[in-house]
Amino acid sequence: MTATPDLANKPPAGTRRQMLAEFWFYFSQNRGAVIGLWVTVALILVALAAPLLAPHAPSMQYRDAFLVPPFWQEGGSTRFLLGTDAIGRDILSRLIYGSRYSLFIGSVVVSIALVGGIVIGLIAGFFGGWVDAVIMRVMDVILAFPSLLLALVLVAVLGPGLTNAMIAIALVLQPHFARLTRAAVMAEKNREYVVASQVAGAGRLRLMFRTILPNCLAPLIVQGTLSFSNAILDAAALGFLGMGAQPPTPEWGTMLAEAREFILRAWWVVTFPGLAILITVLAINLMGDGLRDALDPKLKRS
Amino acid sequence: MIRFILGKLLYLVPTFIGVTIVAFGFVRVLPGDPVLLMAGERGITPERYQQLMQQLGYDQPVWRQYLEFLGRLFQGDLGESLVTKSPVLSEFLTLFPATVELALCAILLATLIGIPAGVLAAVKRGSWFDQVSMGTALIGYSMPIFWWGLLLIILFSGVLGWTPVSGRISLLFFFPEVTGFMLIDSLLSGQDGAFGSAVAHLILPTIVLATIPLAVIARQTRSAMLEVLGEDYVRTARAKGLPWRRVVGIHALRNAMIPVVTTIGLQIGVLMAGAILTETIFSWPGIGKWMVDSIFRRDYPAVQGGLLMVAAIVMAVNLIVDLLYGLINPRIRHV
Repeated sequence: MTATPDLANKPPAGTRRQMLAEFWFYFSQNRGAVIGLWVTVALILVALAAPLLAPHAPSMQYRDAFLVPPFWQEGGSTRFLLGTDAIGRDILSRLIYGSRYSLFIGSVVVSIALVGGIVIGLIAGFFGGWVDAVIMRVMDVILAFPSLLLALVLVAVLGPGLTNAMIAIALVLQPHFARLTRAAVMAEKNREYVVASQVAGAGRLRLMFRTILPNCLAPLIVQGTLSFSNAILDAAALGFLGMGAQPPTPEWGTMLAEAREFILRAWWVVTFPGLAILITVLAINLMGDGLRDALDPKLKRS
Repeated sequence: MIRFILGKLLYLVPTFIGVTIVAFGFVRVLPGDPVLLMAGERGITPERYQQLMQQLGYDQPVWRQYLEFLGRLFQGDLGESLVTKSPVLSEFLTLFPATVELALCAILLATLIGIPAGVLAAVKRGSWFDQVSMGTALIGYSMPIFWWGLLLIILFSGVLGWTPVSGRISLLFFFPEVTGFMLIDSLLSGQDGAFGSAVAHLILPTIVLATIPLAVIARQTRSAMLEVLGEDYVRTARAKGLPWRRVVGIHALRNAMIPVVTTIGLQIGVLMAGAILTETIFSWPGIGKWMVDSIFRRDYPAVQGGLLMVAAIVMAVNLIVDLLYGLINPRIRHV
């Protein structure tokens, strides 16, 4: 291996490009990961261009078109490609707008959980002793509850809604980041390069964030991808239970909740939102698998 | 070994105290009055307000309330449900067997399919079986199970008419509860068709609840197996002429199972979270549905008790898994 990130805080530009090239080489060998990447890119584009792509407004109710089936089925028309729901809204348009919510939820939740977890984990791992003990016991307490149950109760307490759902999910996902960061920091903090930096007079904050943190990033990136898909799933589950985004928001889980009573009459109202969730989560998980393989040096050698 | 067990137990004490603080505190950290909050939009009469304040002990300082809460907890008193007026613990225990039955069936299904699939995928690495099974596993892992449940209902209950949509057994059957497990009780009742009905009601929820653990177990088994198959002792066993089947089945599998057992144990949290969704979809009268209903009814003593019990169960199972891990992997005991 050419690049040893341990050697310096800031690898020169050439090394960095080399590292990136090496990463892409391993990542692109995983066919599933590449497919996942393209699907994710496509989803981001759909979310960005939603107003241009959607044939109808997401909350527009067509009084003449309740529960119209998809176009290929009898009674369907190309006016509503994937049919309409019980109050005459175009499902395709709602799905397109829904992609914005899912990606937004994933980004916000992972950012909060990642930043919170990194800071907490750095503090615990760096200071050790009773600080570490207290912090890790608090994390244990959060992890003792099934995540969806804790999120559900938190949202019930904070009040149903998308913002509170995101806060709750970020809170229950955060301990994973804290634990990973702590473990990585503990492994790194007595290595020569850290001690050298310390002897050279680096302050605590610099040691934590500039010296140690960059060398702990790989597992955090992988966990971040997994949490992204978990966040989407949990938010959809909360929406489905009526505790997440509230109608008429075209969030996919909320759409499913609204569709539940029609499952035996209109299969399309139920099928498409769930399919959208599955495809999104699957694409991100595929990418996560690829990232893990590409970033894990243990697997590279084999 | 005893020191190992005691150490693990001692380690859990602060976590458990934390859990009680969370369960105790979640109503009290709210801005506003907990009693008014429970009353919701319906409002409440001043007399009833006073009565509830006293009954729930909110007129006392918080630390005192917490100590009393702990005291009652150790006597097995989790308070009374605001809706049904019956003790929360007895409600929990009545519904618990339904969830255990479902969860046991799910984990059994997940293990029975997941481990062989993972082993086979590892042994035939790169084959079509490996690719198809691991692709399926990733889809299962990514599945929004509430949607999956609805799809199965559309197909098997709606289109094919094979399975019932909700509940644990057909209303035609009525028999006394002996064990709380419908499969056993229906057999004990000796009524014709009762067992069949119980099985038919159990199938779809089991599949739905098993989906994610199955995917996780299959993936974990495969990667544990791959790791072990690359070890020197496997090559040695192979080199001394043992048949491949024996090497895989005995030498490799036994060691690969160590992380897998942990994985299976860790699925308890996943199962409890899954039970919330699965039971809601199939109107399965267990803990998950009860928790959701209690949350919607603002029955906070029930939510509080449920949270506490569920966390205690998750912790207990994790402890057992930890101990089992020490048992099958002696190396860990001395660390």
